[in-house]
Amino acid sequence: MSLVQSVNNVALLPAYLAAGTAVLVLLADLLVARAGATVAVAAAGAVATAVGAAVVGAGGERRTFCVGADCSWVYGGRAALVAAVFALLTLGVLALSGPLLRAGRAPVGEYAFLLACSLTGGVVLGAAGDLITLIVALETLTLPLYVLVGLRRGSLASAEAAVTFFVVSVVATTLTLLGAALLYTVTGGLHLDRLGTTLTGRPELLDLPLTTVAVALVVLGLAFKVAAVPFHAWAPATYDGAPLPVAAYLSTASKLGGVVALLAVVQRALPATVTGPVLALLAVLTMTVGNLVALRQRRAVRLLAWSSVAQAGYILAPLGALALAGGRTADARAGAYAAAVAYAVFFVVLELAAFAAVVALRPADADGGTLDDLRGGARRHPWVGAAFALALIGLAGLPPGLAGLFAKVTVVRSLLDGGAGWLALVVALNAVLGLAYYLRLAATLYAAPAPDAAPARERSGTPVAAAGAPGGAVSAVVVGSRPAWLVSVVLAAATAVAVVIGFAPQLVLDLAR
Amino acid sequence: MRFGQFLLVAVLAVPALGAVAVAAIRPDRVARVVGTVAAALTLLGTLPLAGGDHGWFGYGPRPAVQPWHQLDLPWVPGLDLRFHLGVDGISWPLVVLTALLTLLCCGYTLWRVPDGGSGRALVALLLVVEVGILGTFLALDLVLFFLFFEVVLLPMYVIIAGWGGDDRRRAARKFALYTLFGSVLLLVGVYVVVAAAGTADLVTLTGGAGLSRGTQLAAFTLLALAFAVKSPLWPLHSWLPDAHTQAPTVGSVILAGVLLKMGTYGLIRVAVGVAPEGARWAAPVLGVLAVTAILIGSLVCLAQDELKRLIAYSSVGHMGFVLLGVATLTATGIQAALIGNIAHGVITGLLFFLAGAVKDRTHTGTLAELSGLRETAPRLAGLLGFAAVASLGLPGLAGFWGEAFAVVAAVRRGGGLWTTLAVLAAIGGALTAAYFLRLLRQVTHGRPSSAVGRLAPGLAGAELTAWAPLVLLALAVGLAPALVLGYASGPVDALVGVLR
Repeated sequence: MSLVQSVNNVALLPAYLAAGTAVLVLLADLLVARAGATVAVAAAGAVATAVGAAVVGAGGERRTFCVGADCSWVYGGRAALVAAVFALLTLGVLALSGPLLRAGRAPVGEYAFLLACSLTGGVVLGAAGDLITLIVALETLTLPLYVLVGLRRGSLASAEAAVTFFVVSVVATTLTLLGAALLYTVTGGLHLDRLGTTLTGRPELLDLPLTTVAVALVVLGLAFKVAAVPFHAWAPATYDGAPLPVAAYLSTASKLGGVVALLAVVQRALPATVTGPVLALLAVLTMTVGNLVALRQRRAVRLLAWSSVAQAGYILAPLGALALAGGRTADARAGAYAAAVAYAVFFVVLELAAFAAVVALRPADADGGTLDDLRGGARRHPWVGAAFALALIGLAGLPPGLAGLFAKVTVVRSLLDGGAGWLALVVALNAVLGLAYYLRLAATLYAAPAPDAAPARERSGTPVAAAGAPGGAVSAVVVGSRPAWLVSVVLAAATAVAVVIGFAPQLVLDLAR
Repeated sequence: MRFGQFLLVAVLAVPALGAVAVAAIRPDRVARVVGTVAAALTLLGTLPLAGGDHGWFGYGPRPAVQPWHQLDLPWVPGLDLRFHLGVDGISWPLVVLTALLTLLCCGYTLWRVPDGGSGRALVALLLVVEVGILGTFLALDLVLFFLFFEVVLLPMYVIIAGWGGDDRRRAARKFALYTLFGSVLLLVGVYVVVAAAGTADLVTLTGGAGLSRGTQLAAFTLLALAFAVKSPLWPLHSWLPDAHTQAPTVGSVILAGVLLKMGTYGLIRVAVGVAPEGARWAAPVLGVLAVTAILIGSLVCLAQDELKRLIAYSSVGHMGFVLLGVATLTATGIQAALIGNIAHGVITGLLFFLAGAVKDRTHTGTLAELSGLRETAPRLAGLLGFAAVASLGLPGLAGFWGEAFAVVAAVRRGGGLWTTLAVLAAIGGALTAAYFLRLLRQVTHGRPSSAVGRLAPGLAGAELTAWAPLVLLALAVGLAPALVLGYASGPVDALVGVLR
C-alpha cells in the first residue's frame, strides 16, 4: 500500500466550496467591512455549494480517502441531495436573517461566517464514510450553532438557550464518541461499511454485551441531535431562546444533520436486530410525547419546536420497521431508508416555510412571541397568512398541504411494506393529535384580532439597500408591519417548492432512493 | 382523449377552477355568480356521463367493476398512486346528487350569505368540497380515493368554523378531529391492501384479488371503522349532531346530503368490494350496530327539543337503515342502501334548507317556541310537512324504498339474528314516524307562538328555486325508483356475484 493516498478532488469539490465560502466570508468581513458584501459572499457561496453538489452528484458515486475497499468519503446521490438541501437551507436562513441583522441585534460578519461553517459540516456529513468523519462533521455542523443561538444581544433567554444547547449537545457527542470507541474495540474497524460487514459476518460478536452497549450509545447520542424523546428536553428552550432564523436553522438543517447521521450508521454500520427495537421505541415515544406536549403550548416557537420533536418521530418511524423480521428484508430496508429521507425532505421544506412565515409576521428583532401575538395575522397579511396556514396544514399532513400528506403516506406505506402495521397505526393516530394544535395555530391566524392588540399599520419605508447598513449600527428603522422582501422571497420560494413537490412527490421519492 | 374521459376530468376541473376564479374575483356578488355558474356547468357535465358503454358484452369472466367511462393516468408510481377515474351505476347517481346539491347551495348563497365571512369565500369553499366529494365517488384507485376523501375535511371545517352558529369553533374542531381519525384509519387500511396486493386499482382489487383471509379481516376492520366514522355509525356518530347543528344552512345541506354518503359509498365500493371475506365475517356486527343506530337515533329524536339537532339525529337513524342494507350483503340490501343514500340526501337536504329558513325567520330553533307555523306561514309549513312525511318513509315518496327494502333484505337473509334485526329495524321505522309526527304537531299546529306570529306568509323566489328540485326529486324517486335502481342493478349484481 502506498503511503501517499491519491485524493479525488472532484469528489471533495462541494466540501471545498462550502469551506471556501466560510473563509471568503471571513475575509470579506475583514477587508470590505460592509454588511451587504459579507452577506452577498455567503449567499453566493451557498448557491455555488448547491450547484457544485448537484453537478458532482450527477456523475455517479465517487470515493476517496480509501484504505483498501473502505473509504472515508463516499459521495453518491444521497450525499449530493443532503449537501444541496443544506446549502439551500443555509441560503434561506441567511435571507430570513435580513431583518435581524438590519436591526443590529447580531454582528453580520460573525453570523454569516458561523452559518457557512455549519454548512461545511452538513456537506461533509452526507459523504462521511467512517464514524470519526461522521462525528467530526456533525460537530462542525453543531458547534457554530452554540454561538448563533446566543447571538441575540441583550437577551437573557438567548444566553440561557445557548448554554442548555451546549451542555446537552456536548454530552451527546461524548456518548457517541464513547460508542464509537467501544465499537472499535469490538470490531477493530471504524469505516461504516467495514463495521456492517464485520458485524453481519461474525454474528457471535452480537452476543457480546459490549457490542449492544456500543450500538446503543451511538444511536442514543445521535438521537440527542434529532431531539428524539427522551433526549428532547433541550429543543423547545433552545428554539424559543434563539433568534428566529437560527431556530429555523436548528429545526431544519440541524435536525436533518442528525437524521442523516443516524441513517448512515443504521443503514451501513449497525446490526438492524439491535437498532430496530430501539428506533421503534424512540419513534413511538418521540411522536406521541411531542404531539401531546405541543397541545399545551402557548408560545408560537415552542409549539413549532414541540411539533418538530413529533415530526422527528415520523422521520424515525420507517426505521422502526427494522424491529421486525419482515422489515429486515432487502426491499423493506431500502424502502424504509428512502421513506425516512423523503419524509425529512418534505418536512424541512414545510418547516422552513412555517418559520419564514413567523419571521414575516413578527417585528424585525423579536422572538416568536405568544400565539396571541400572531392572532389575526392572516387578516393583516393575507398572503403570508395563507402560506403559513398551508405550511401548518402540510405539517399536519392534510390537503391542501399535499406535500405533507404524501410525506405521511410514504411513511405509512413503507411501514406496511415492512409488516409493521402497529407502528403505522401509531403514526396515523398521532396525525390526529397533530391536527389539533396545527389547526389551533392556523385558526388563531384567521381569528379576529383582539381590539386592544391591533398594531398600527405603518408601512416600512426602508429601501431594500438598508440590508447593507453597517450591522453594528443600532438602526433607527421603524419596525414596519410589512415583511422584509427577502423574507417574503424565502416564504414564496418554500411555498412554491412545497406546492410543486405536493403535486409531483415522485421527484422527492426518486431523489431519496 | 374520448368525450367520456374529457367529461370525467371536466367534472373535477370545472369546480376546481371555479373555486380559484371565485377566490380571485373581488366583487362579492360577481364572484358568487361565477361560482354558481361553475356549479351549474359541473351539473351539466355530470348528466351525459350516464351515456356510454354500459358494458354487458365481451368474453370471459367479467370484472366486478365495469366503468362506463374511465381515465387512467400514472401520477406517483412510487406510492402506487394512479389518476384513475371512472363512473358506473353505483357512483353516477351520487355524482349527480352532489353536483345538484352544490348548485342549489351556491344558488342559495346568491340570495343569502350567512353571518361570519364573505360570501365568495363560502362559495369557493363549497366548490372545493364538491371537488373532494366528486373525486371520492369517481376514484377507481384506492390511494386516489383516500386523497379525495381527505380533501373534503378542511374546507368543511372552515365552513363550519367560519359561518356557523354560536358554538361553531368546538363543533368544527370536533368534526375535523373525528373525521381525520376516520381517514387515517382509511390510510392504513388502504396500504394494508396495497402492500398485500401490489396494486391500488379498484377494478382489479374488487372481489378480493387473492388477498389472504387475515389481510382481508384486518383491511375490512380498518376500512369499516374509517367509513363508520364518516357515515356515521353508532357509536362513532357523536360529531354529527354538533356539526350539523352549528353549520350554516348550506353547510348542513352538503354535510347531510352528500358528505355522509362518502362513508356508505366507501363501505360498498371499497370495504365490501376489496375485502369480501372480511365483510362476511363482520356482517353480523355491522348489522347489530346499524340497528342500534336506528333505535338510538329514533329515541334521541323523540326527546329532542331543537329543530336542527332533531334533523341531525334523524340522519343517524336513516344512515342506520342504509348500513343495515349493506350489512345484509345481498343484492336487495345493497340496492336498498343505494336508493336510501339518494333519498336521504334529497330529503334531508330539503329538511335542512327548511330548518334554516325557519331559524332565519324566527331566530330560534327551540321546538317549544315554534308552534302554529301553518297559521302564519302556510307554504313553509306545508313544505316542512312534505319533507317530514317523505323522511319518515311514506310509500310513494323517496324515503320509503330504502327503509322498506333494508328490512326486507334482512328478513330474506333469514336466521334468528337477521330476523330479529329486521323486526327491530321495523320498530325503529315506526319510531321514526312517531318523532316526525311529533315534530309536525309541535311546529306546524297549535296557536302561533310569539316568534312565529310575526312571520310573513311568502317565500322568496330564491328559496323556491333551491327547494323545488328537491321536492320534485323526492316525488320522482318515490314514484319511479328505477331512476336510481335501473342504473345500479347491473353493478350491484356483479358486486354481489364476487361476494359469494
